[in-house]
Amino acid sequence: MEIRKAAMAGTLESSDAQVTVEPGNGTIELSIESSVIHQFGKQIRAIVLDTLKRLEVESVKVTVVDKGALDCTLKARVECAVYRSNDITENLPWGGVIR
Amino acid sequence: MINAVGREIPKEVLQATGKEAFKGAYAYDNYEYTKAAPKARTMMDPKRSKMVADIHEALVKCEIKDNMTISFHHHFREGDYVVNMVMEEIHKMGIKGLTICASSLGKANDPIVPYIEDGTIVGIQSSGVRGKIGEAISTGRLRDLAIMRSHGGRVRAIESGEVHIDIAFIGAPTCDEYGNMRANGGKSDCGVLSYAMVDAQYADKVVAITDCLVPFPNIPASISMTQVDYVCVVDEIGNPAKIATGAAKPTTDVRKIMMADYCTQFVIHTPYFKEGFSYQTGVGGASIASTISLGKIMEERGIHMGLGLGGITTPMCNLLAKGLINKIVDTQDFDMGAIESIKSNPNHIEISASEYADPFNKGAYVNKLDFVILASLEVDVNFNCNVVVGSDGMITGAQGGHPDTAAGAKCTIVIAPLLQGRIPAICTNVTTVTTPGETVDVVITDYGIAINPRRQDLIACMKDVKLPFCTIEELRDKAYAIVGEPEPVQFGERVVGIIESRDGTVLDVVREIKEYEFAE
Amino acid sequence: MSHPYKKRLRRSMMFLNCQKPGLIKDPYIYKPDSIMLDLEDAVAENQKDAARYSLFHALQEIDYRGVERVVRINGLDTPHWKEDIRVCVAGGADTIRIAKTESAKDVQVVEEHVLAAEREFGRPEGSTLLMAALESCKGVLHALEVCESSDRLIGIALSGGDYTKDLQTVITGTGVELQGARQQMIIAARAAGVQCWDTVFTNLDAMDVFEEEVRMIKMMGFDGKSLVNPRQIDIVHRIFTPSQKEIIFAEKVVREIEEKKALGIGVFTVDGKMIDIAFYDGAKRTIALAKASGVYEGDL
Repeated sequence: MEIRKAAMAGTLESSDAQVTVEPGNGTIELSIESSVIHQFGKQIRAIVLDTLKRLEVESVKVTVVDKGALDCTLKARVECAVYRSNDITENLPWGGVIR
Repeated sequence: MINAVGREIPKEVLQATGKEAFKGAYAYDNYEYTKAAPKARTMMDPKRSKMVADIHEALVKCEIKDNMTISFHHHFREGDYVVNMVMEEIHKMGIKGLTICASSLGKANDPIVPYIEDGTIVGIQSSGVRGKIGEAISTGRLRDLAIMRSHGGRVRAIESGEVHIDIAFIGAPTCDEYGNMRANGGKSDCGVLSYAMVDAQYADKVVAITDCLVPFPNIPASISMTQVDYVCVVDEIGNPAKIATGAAKPTTDVRKIMMADYCTQFVIHTPYFKEGFSYQTGVGGASIASTISLGKIMEERGIHMGLGLGGITTPMCNLLAKGLINKIVDTQDFDMGAIESIKSNPNHIEISASEYADPFNKGAYVNKLDFVILASLEVDVNFNCNVVVGSDGMITGAQGGHPDTAAGAKCTIVIAPLLQGRIPAICTNVTTVTTPGETVDVVITDYGIAINPRRQDLIACMKDVKLPFCTIEELRDKAYAIVGEPEPVQFGERVVGIIESRDGTVLDVVREIKEYEFAE
Repeated sequence: MSHPYKKRLRRSMMFLNCQKPGLIKDPYIYKPDSIMLDLEDAVAENQKDAARYSLFHALQEIDYRGVERVVRINGLDTPHWKEDIRVCVAGGADTIRIAKTESAKDVQVVEEHVLAAEREFGRPEGSTLLMAALESCKGVLHALEVCESSDRLIGIALSGGDYTKDLQTVITGTGVELQGARQQMIIAARAAGVQCWDTVFTNLDAMDVFEEEVRMIKMMGFDGKSLVNPRQIDIVHRIFTPSQKEIIFAEKVVREIEEKKALGIGVFTVDGKMIDIAFYDGAKRTIALAKASGVYEGDL
């Protein structure tokens, strides 16, 4: 999927994450700030990259500000930001690339 | 070398400090040693005054110089002005290389951080540090190794001469011109002066700092004039609003209430819950809720607590007032209710930190505890606890009486919610061991309760009790199933602090924090 | 055959905002019978999309440990409900709570879309249950037709806030404004053989008033109540759990009726009370409720 415009999802509340996507320059440029970076930095990065891969996003600048979100929340925020950048809110592929 | 809690203690640290690695919680039982003694200066001429005009004069008369060790107490908690006031004056005088030996340091003492950076302060020994001082230590800005020791361990270090205090600065809510100090009355009431008593006994010079000078004799004194060299009156020794807050409202957090109920149910099904039992609890929401629910059962069954120990809060005092507790023996007051109680109730008694928890005296109160209810940031599958180092690797807490009461009590219960955000409280290895697992008997979480397998006796008494028991490994696995398995905190190489066991051996080391790096 | 969970125990049905990850990650700790993950009022209009992703992954990945997962979808007068239904079914929600239901037709429209979604996402047809919230005078008056509208419908819930607005009054705290709706709804639900739940109680500083209200709706015949805070769960469970005295009595009634029936005796006494066959179902229900509440270990 293409990132058509900057879009954001999520909040800075505890257990949440705020994910921003912006159009990229052909690569995935990922920056992560997290209150649990030491223990979960690796997992956060893996889940974000994995979600982008499933959505076939290959050119994007992603910023994640994480406040201890679980994997299911991180996925939800990344997906929401990507679909928002395409203005898609209906007929989503639940159980398809969203899983 | 690897110590008795499985921690690697670098040889260089042992060499530099002359300490041994931890050998077990009771390795020093029956150990014989000679106590240290302070250098004293006589006071024979009745015409001579102890009063000094200000902190500066006190420092000059005490002959402050580079590389001394000075001490403070933390009874004023987050309302303390004394540490900052004394350090500011010392800094102005250009003194360098000091070691601070405090019973604890909090965020209120953030203003002394610049003095760490400019070498005024090179050593910190405390039961814990929070805020910016913790950051300064964890980022390697303190010259010497920080030493974190429990309340009992601090007394041991002082009494054994391991640390020698040159000057003790003791903030006193009331004091007379000859140095009799009391914790009650005045503007900055703190209830007790327990932690400062040992400082007064063992420091070469003792300066009383008060904002309420009262007529002689200010008795019964917490700290006697016989130990005091100078008396200094200042405008304010603390912020009363932060020294003693109003009693915390009982928690409405269902999770905490649930853990408190589990705790009470556990307590009452042990053989120790009987007439005259002894009990200590902390100030967390779950601890306070468990005191309240235990009180109801005591009342129903007509069982009295013989001894309530430690840091005291209003709910304990309420039980005392109802006649459900025979004696409260107090080393610290956490709220106004506790302060009012010690003033008015003759069964509420102040003791010294030595009587409370010193492992090297001839028997401390903690040894007589049946139950202690504690909290912890992390507990590992060996029941080791960490109450000092945060999940980001930063020093941000205090041992306090945690290791002392855990070692003393017949039944040590730790209450911790399984997850704090994404951080699991139950893990394979704690970041830093601050209380050895051999002294921790039960861990109560919102997801279940684990009894230390060392306590087969407790496991047997709970056989028919309807509580959600499981193993500590199961608790860890439940946590990891939800949040994933955490990686260990990435530290730098340099050791910045040691976690001292109460007997003076090294339980663990704390290393410099470092920025997280994604391993490729 | 009707759905095996259609009549499960639903004393406590706790609302949770789908948009708050901290709330939906482990509410099972509080042991409600059902959680109601809310896509409707709790979620701001511009976060409706975000809440669905959270909901989907929560339904898929969080083990709610046997707690029923109800999702409250947006009303049929909004642009959101169709996608709400798709995500609920795809994620595997147990039950969908339809907001602002006014007629049997409303339920049937939702049912059609649920069926389509079950087919789209390969879920067994009929696996998604429905419940209807009645939030208007019209809805309350149509309670019976709503109750009889669908095989999937587990019951009806009163939504007192909107209903009292429609009634041109407010929640007074006395309950007088809700009397008619409560009576009408419970009668309709029982007539149709479905469950019935009372509205939320939002003043958390008045736990004693809450407790009284729960006692009252229990006496009126309700199956349970919609809740807004975990503090309310224990109170509801305590009140809805039969006492040991009630359980023992119910046990005796069941045993005696079975025994006396065989002997051809119609009327007899248990603990000094006149008992006949009409007491049988009630006693059986008490035992079932005690079992479901975890306080009955007997063999009936």
